[in-house]
Amino acid sequence: MSKGITDSGIIPGGEAPLIEKNPTFGSITEEISRITERKTPGVWYLALGAAVSLMFVLFGSIGYLVFEGVGIWGLNNPVGWGWAIINFVWWVGIGHAGTLISAILFLLRQRWRTSINRFAEAMTLFAVSCALIFPAIHVGRIWVVYWMFPVPNQMSMWPNFRSPLLWDVFAVSTYFTASLLFWYTGLIPDLATFRDRAKTKIRKIVFGFLSLGWRGGNRQWKHYELAYLILAGISTPLVLSVHSVVSTDFAISILPGWHTTIFPPYFVAGAIFSGFAMVVTLTIIARKLFHLEHIITVSHLEKMNKIMLLTGMMVGYAYSMEFFIAWYSGNIYEQFVFINRAFGQYAWAYWIMISCNVLIPQMFWFKKLRRSIPVMFIASILINVGMWFERFVIVVTSLAQDFLPSSWDYYSPTIWDISTFVGSFGLFFTLFLLFIRFLPMISMSEVKGVLPQADPHHAGGDRHE
Amino acid sequence: MSEMVKQNKIEGILAEFPDPAALISAAEKMRDAGYKKFDCHSPFPIHGMDKAMGLKRSPLGWIVGSAALFGTSAALGLQWWTSTVDYRLVISGKPFFSFQAYVPVTFALGVLLSAFAALIAMLVLNGLPRLHHPIFYSDRFAKSSDDGFFISIEGDDPKFDIEKTKAFLESIGGTNSEILKET
Repeated sequence: MSKGITDSGIIPGGEAPLIEKNPTFGSITEEISRITERKTPGVWYLALGAAVSLMFVLFGSIGYLVFEGVGIWGLNNPVGWGWAIINFVWWVGIGHAGTLISAILFLLRQRWRTSINRFAEAMTLFAVSCALIFPAIHVGRIWVVYWMFPVPNQMSMWPNFRSPLLWDVFAVSTYFTASLLFWYTGLIPDLATFRDRAKTKIRKIVFGFLSLGWRGGNRQWKHYELAYLILAGISTPLVLSVHSVVSTDFAISILPGWHTTIFPPYFVAGAIFSGFAMVVTLTIIARKLFHLEHIITVSHLEKMNKIMLLTGMMVGYAYSMEFFIAWYSGNIYEQFVFINRAFGQYAWAYWIMISCNVLIPQMFWFKKLRRSIPVMFIASILINVGMWFERFVIVVTSLAQDFLPSSWDYYSPTIWDISTFVGSFGLFFTLFLLFIRFLPMISMSEVKGVLPQADPHHAGGDRHE
Repeated sequence: MSEMVKQNKIEGILAEFPDPAALISAAEKMRDAGYKKFDCHSPFPIHGMDKAMGLKRSPLGWIVGSAALFGTSAALGLQWWTSTVDYRLVISGKPFFSFQAYVPVTFALGVLLSAFAALIAMLVLNGLPRLHHPIFYSDRFAKSSDDGFFISIEGDDPKFDIEKTKAFLESIGGTNSEILKET
């Protein structure tokens, strides 16, 4: 069935193929299903062991936090928001790339997204899971965390819907739920493939149950495709709104350095920037480990690098615009905060941020660097380091030196701040390893749909344009 | 095979086609021949198949739209009622009904309900979840989620006739046709 493509793999139309090595429908099924069907590789157990150990560091830190209180963190006056909020914003931001790939690129009919969307959506779910932990545990008295939800209670209290912190609760939990439903909808046809290939009784039962009886008839595809389109359509404004709402946690306050209208678009651009960096980091490892280089090609990675270049410059624009507005507003507190950011006691963090987020992505102007795996791997990690420091700079510099010099202080984390953050990687990688072991990490039905032979006009050779 | 046919109810006929183009032209012929209860199975959705099968557009948009409307109005109603009726608090001198501040939660709940509606309504319209279906009596059908293209006709289609329908499916390019019945 793969006839119709020339031997060089170039479609007669001119563009390079999205998927290389002339795959057939069957070879796509085989290659992606095989990853989960073969014997578990030893290295997977090693990786899972490491990830689970780290995850227990997270749970241990949370346990001690609940037992002892938020005093175990480096928080104090004037810095009442520390690593917990930084980590929250950082993890939520990482999640944004998954939704951008699955929803926005779908609406824009970017067919190259099919190779990476499942993977990126899974990353979204796991990153948002990590993110949700931090606001939940930083409330201190975690046993009354349900006060954040509009639950009728014996005190006749209701949440204050005018607070951006409450908007966060709704925005991020909706984001997680909608992403989960979107992800599951996308998984149904592939779960049916797993069901049909299942050899063992357990796989037959589990995938038979999860695929819900999917038959792949066009009467089902008709509703399915519209549901997918609608989910993409509602996820698109949702993803833009989530980080906007997160930014209002800062922007609605009156603190210099936080109280600016540029925050929502600036945060969204930064979120997409860091999210794509994380997708690149993870896909480089996964495509190498599972020999998927012809499905997730260098061209896919190059396209993501271009998005990083674009969003990196948006972030750079926001950094300079903040300085400009601080000067142009004539507000001395605002001016002080920004000069202090760049040259004050946290200047080291500021310049890490600038180097990683503004300077590093500039390499991607050059095609050679943009297509080099080692270069983009290192760059993608540095970008996420930079994006973590961006949140650190925003949160800490504005708080540590506020209006009153007598209350100024230098904030540093304690071992528990660090262990909670490092532990959250354990949770992230545990979930990720379970995902790549048991579920199709590339959307088989969507990849088949972008193969040249999937076009009904293709097989007969009469491509009417 | 025909002895077995008498014992078990015949649920339908399944035939295989080589590729998406063959499936789509077969679907057109099925539609023109007047078959109603047939379906075209493929590992991925095929562009143009709705028209070839003569299917109407899915009503899902209306369902999700209603869910979105319900979600947003419920969210706005909740915020209005809690802050102006049940739990009046003056916060930073803002009015009780500060609708500008209620936009994010209203939007989020609208999206939340729409997302649930999209998935649940899609499943309900598709008759899912379903534990079994006669089409799974076929052994070849497992290919439909891999690289196979099939047309199935249900036994209760008004035009259904074992011999004639089977011959028709073969005349429009179907191969490996089989009768679906409990084994």
